[in-house]
Amino acid sequence: MATLTINGERYELDVPDNMPLLWVIRDVIGLKGTKFGCGMSQCGACTVHLNGTAIRSCVTPVSAASGEITTIEAMADDPVGSKVQQAWLDLGVAQCGYCQGGQIMNATALLKKTPNPETGEIVDAMAGNLCRCGTYNRILAAIERASDKEGEA
Amino acid sequence: MSADDNLMIANVSRRRFLMGLAGGSALVLAARWDVALGGNEKAQFGAGAMPGGWVDDPNVFIHIDADGLVTIVNNRSEMGQGIRTSLVMVGADELGADWDRVRVEQAEGDHSKYGNQNTDGSRSMRHWYQPMRRAAAAARQMLEQAAANEWGVPVSEVHAGVHTIVHRSSGKELSFGELAAKARELDVPGRHALVLKRDDELRFVGKETGLINGELKSAYPKAIDGDDIVTGKAIYGADVPFDNLLYAVIARPPVYGATVANFDDTEALKVPGVEKVLKVEGTGQPAGFSPLGGIAVVASNTWAAMEGRKALKIDWDLETAGDNADYTSSAYRESLEKAAQQPGKVVRQHGDLDTALESADKRVSATYYMPHMAQAPMEPPVATVQIKDGKAEVWAPVQNPQATRDTVAGRLGMDAENVTVHVTLLGGGFGRKSKPDFAIEAASIAEAFKGRPIRLQWSREDDIHHAYFHAVSVDYLEAGLDDSGQATGWLHRTLSPSIGSLFAPDPKHKGEFELGMGFNTMPFSVPALRLENPPAPAHVRIGWFRSVYNLPHAWAIQSFAHEMAVAAGKDHRDYVLDLLGPDREIHNLTVGDGWNYGEDPDLYPIDIGRMRNVIERVTKEADWGKSTGKNRGLGLAFHHSFVSYTAIVFDVEVDDQGELTIHRADIAFDCGPQANPERIRSQLEGAIVMGIGIALQSEVTFKDGVAQQGNFDKFLIPRMPDAPKTLRVHLVDNPDEAMGGVGEPGLPPVAPALCNAIYAATGKRIRRLPVGDQLKG
Repeated sequence: MATLTINGERYELDVPDNMPLLWVIRDVIGLKGTKFGCGMSQCGACTVHLNGTAIRSCVTPVSAASGEITTIEAMADDPVGSKVQQAWLDLGVAQCGYCQGGQIMNATALLKKTPNPETGEIVDAMAGNLCRCGTYNRILAAIERASDKEGEA
Repeated sequence: MSADDNLMIANVSRRRFLMGLAGGSALVLAARWDVALGGNEKAQFGAGAMPGGWVDDPNVFIHIDADGLVTIVNNRSEMGQGIRTSLVMVGADELGADWDRVRVEQAEGDHSKYGNQNTDGSRSMRHWYQPMRRAAAAARQMLEQAAANEWGVPVSEVHAGVHTIVHRSSGKELSFGELAAKARELDVPGRHALVLKRDDELRFVGKETGLINGELKSAYPKAIDGDDIVTGKAIYGADVPFDNLLYAVIARPPVYGATVANFDDTEALKVPGVEKVLKVEGTGQPAGFSPLGGIAVVASNTWAAMEGRKALKIDWDLETAGDNADYTSSAYRESLEKAAQQPGKVVRQHGDLDTALESADKRVSATYYMPHMAQAPMEPPVATVQIKDGKAEVWAPVQNPQATRDTVAGRLGMDAENVTVHVTLLGGGFGRKSKPDFAIEAASIAEAFKGRPIRLQWSREDDIHHAYFHAVSVDYLEAGLDDSGQATGWLHRTLSPSIGSLFAPDPKHKGEFELGMGFNTMPFSVPALRLENPPAPAHVRIGWFRSVYNLPHAWAIQSFAHEMAVAAGKDHRDYVLDLLGPDREIHNLTVGDGWNYGEDPDLYPIDIGRMRNVIERVTKEADWGKSTGKNRGLGLAFHHSFVSYTAIVFDVEVDDQGELTIHRADIAFDCGPQANPERIRSQLEGAIVMGIGIALQSEVTFKDGVAQQGNFDKFLIPRMPDAPKTLRVHLVDNPDEAMGGVGEPGLPPVAPALCNAIYAATGKRIRRLPVGDQLKG
C-alpha cells in the first residue's frame, strides 16, 4: 500500500513498493502528461517534481516518493511553471511535443532554485532532457525568456 | 469528361460527415470530386499519383456550425512538423476564418474519403496546399453566394471579411455562423469557378511570424496543439483513456528471422498483475510491416507486463534466421569496403572515365562509411486495439493510417471497412511510424481478449533493438583532376542494403527511388562519369529514416567534393560552384532517374541556379572566408532532395584535447513557396540538431545478429550541450516555383558540412561516421 500526494491530492494505492512512480502516475492514477521515453533516467520525458526538485519518475520506486509530487498537469497553477509554459508558446518551442512536459518540469525546477541562471547553467541543467526533434535552441531561448533576467531587461 | 461531371451529390456521405463531427446545423455539402483522373497523364505525378490521390471537397474538410465554429479536418499525421497548424491555417486563411474560432479534427485512416494520408516523403504541404486552398475557396464562395441571395444582390458585390460576409456598398454583414445553414443548400462551385485569394489578401500563408533567428519578431498565430502540449493534455499514442484496459509487451526474437523454439511462462505468470502470456506469430522474412513474432505478456499495467517479460524463459531458434545470426557490423563493413573496390552495376555514365582517370594530373579517392541508425522517436511505438462485434478499432501514432487499416484488417481476416484507425498525435516519427507493425501486434493480442482494449507498449530497448534500421552504407569515390584542379572524371560506387529487402527477396541492389535520392541525381558537371551500385545484402529490417538514402549519398559526395577542392588547392565554395557548372535545369530522366520524388520533371527539374543560390546565400550569411583563428574553421555542404534545395555552413572549434565546439550553424533553404515559414524554420533547426547526432554520435552495431545498443546510454542522440551555440535559418523566398518538401531536406548536408568544418579546423578528415572519439588523440 502506498500513500501519495500528487498535485495536492492524496491517493491510497494498492501497488507494489518497487513499482516506478511513472507507471503509478500514468496507469494507476491516469495522469498522462508524464511520459515514458527510456525507463532508465536517460531522457527526462518522465520528469516530475518531488518537494520541488525535478526527479525522473521512471526510476523512482513509489515507496521513495514521499512528499509533494507535482506533475505537468499542475504547472498552469504554478507562478513559475505558467511563466515557463507561456515562454514555450511565445517562441513556438514544441515540435512533436512529447518531451516538452518533461522539459518544462525540469526548466521550472531550475528557475525556482535559480531565477536568473547563466546560459551555461541552463545548458548544464537541461542536458538530461532529450528532444529528438531538436528544439534545444528554442528551449534555451524560452528558459531565458521566462527567467528574471529577461524580465528585467 | 470534365472534373465537374464527376461532382456527385450523395446524402449518405453527408450524414456520415455530420455524425463524424457531431454537428448540428451546419454547412455540410454532400458532394465529392472523383479523384480518378483516368486519361490525364499528369496523374502519374504528385498527389494524384499517390494511393487515394487528393480530394478537394469542402464537405470532407470544412464544417461550420451555427455558432460560427469552423472545424477543418486534417488528414495528415502530426509528428512535429506542425501540419495540424499549417494545413489548417491554409484552409482558414482561404476561407477567411478567425483563427480563434477554428478547431481541427483529425481524420481517421480512410484514403478513399480523405485522399492520401501517408505522412512520409516530405509531401504533406507539397501535396495538400492546393487541394486545401480549393476546398476552402469553394466553401467561402458558397458563403458569399448565400449572403448575396439573402440580400438579393449580385454575388460580385459581396466578399468575405474575417468570419463574415460583407456587402460592399451597404456595409451589411452576415457572420459565417448565420450563413452556414443557407450555404449548405447550395451547389459546390465547379473547380473552374473557384477564385483563390490573391497573395495580398492572405493573412497567414507565407507570412513570417514568431521566432526568427533568436529574435521574436511578431506573435505567431496560436499553434493548434500548443496549449495542450505545454499543459500535458495532448493525446499521444499511450494517452487515450479507456476503461478496462489491458497492457502488453512482447519479447521479440533477438535476431531478424529467429523464432520461438519453446518458452516457459511459469515465473512470468507469478508476477503480480500479469494476466496472460501468449505467442504472437511472426511471418518470417521478408517481414514487411508484419510482426517479428515472439511472446506477449499481458497485465493490468505496463510495468507489470515488463516485469513479467523479464521473468519469461524463451529458447530462440536461430536456424530460421539463416546467416542473419552471423551478422557482425565490423566484418560487414570490411566486406562492403572490399566490394567497393570492384566494379558494380552501372546506373549512370558518360564520357570515357577510365581514360580520364588514367590521364589525370592528380587522382583523389576516398571511402566513406555511415552506420545503421534507429529513428528513436521520443515516443516509442505503441498502439491500442479493441476488437468487438466483428469490428476492430485502433488508436495509434501512425504515419500511414491507411496501411495500418489494411494490414490490421489482413491480420485479423477482416474487411478494411470493419477496421477504424484513430490517429493520435505522434511523439515523433522520422520514418519509424510509417511501419504499422506495432499496431498489427496489438491487434494480434487483442484477438485473444475480444471486447477488451489492449495497449501494446514498446520499451526503448524494443525500439532500438527492433528498429527498421537506416541502411548501413559504404561509398567509394574517385576523381581525376587536371593541372588546374578541374575535375575531369568522377567515379562513385554506392553500397547499402535496400529497403526492397523488407518486402521481397533481397534485391541486394538499391532500387530506383533509393538511387534517385542524390546518387544518380548528383548535380556536378564532370566530362566523364560513372556511377555504380555493387551488391550489399540485408541482415536486419531496413527502413525509411528521415531523408533516407540522401543521408549517405550527401555525406559521401559533399565530403568528397571538399577533398577534391583541398587537393586542387582551391577555396571550397569557389570550387563547388565551378563543379556545378552553368545554371541549367536537369531533367531527372537524363541522369537515369525515373523517380524524381514522384514529381513531374517539368515542374520539378534539378535547378542548378537554385542550388547555386542557396550556396551563395549561406556562405554570405556565414561570412565565408572570414579569418577563424587557430583550431577553428568553416565547413560547407549542400544537397537537393525532396525537390528542395539546402546549403549549410558550420563554424566549429576543436581544442587540443579534441573537444568540439559548434559555434554556429547557418542553413539556407529554398522550397519554393512557403506556406508557414515559422514551421519551416523549426523543421530546419531540428534537422541541424538531428544531423549533428548523425555526424557525431548515433550508431547501432550488430554482433551475431543482435543489436548492441538498446537505450540512450549507448545509442546516443544530441543533447542541449551538443546544439550549435548559434543557429541561423535563411529562407529563400521563391514563390513562383513549385512547392518542395520541408521535413527531410534539411538533414542530408548536415553531417558533411560539420565534418568539412572539422577538417578546416584540424586538418583531420572524417570518413567514418559517427565521429565518436576520432578527434581525441
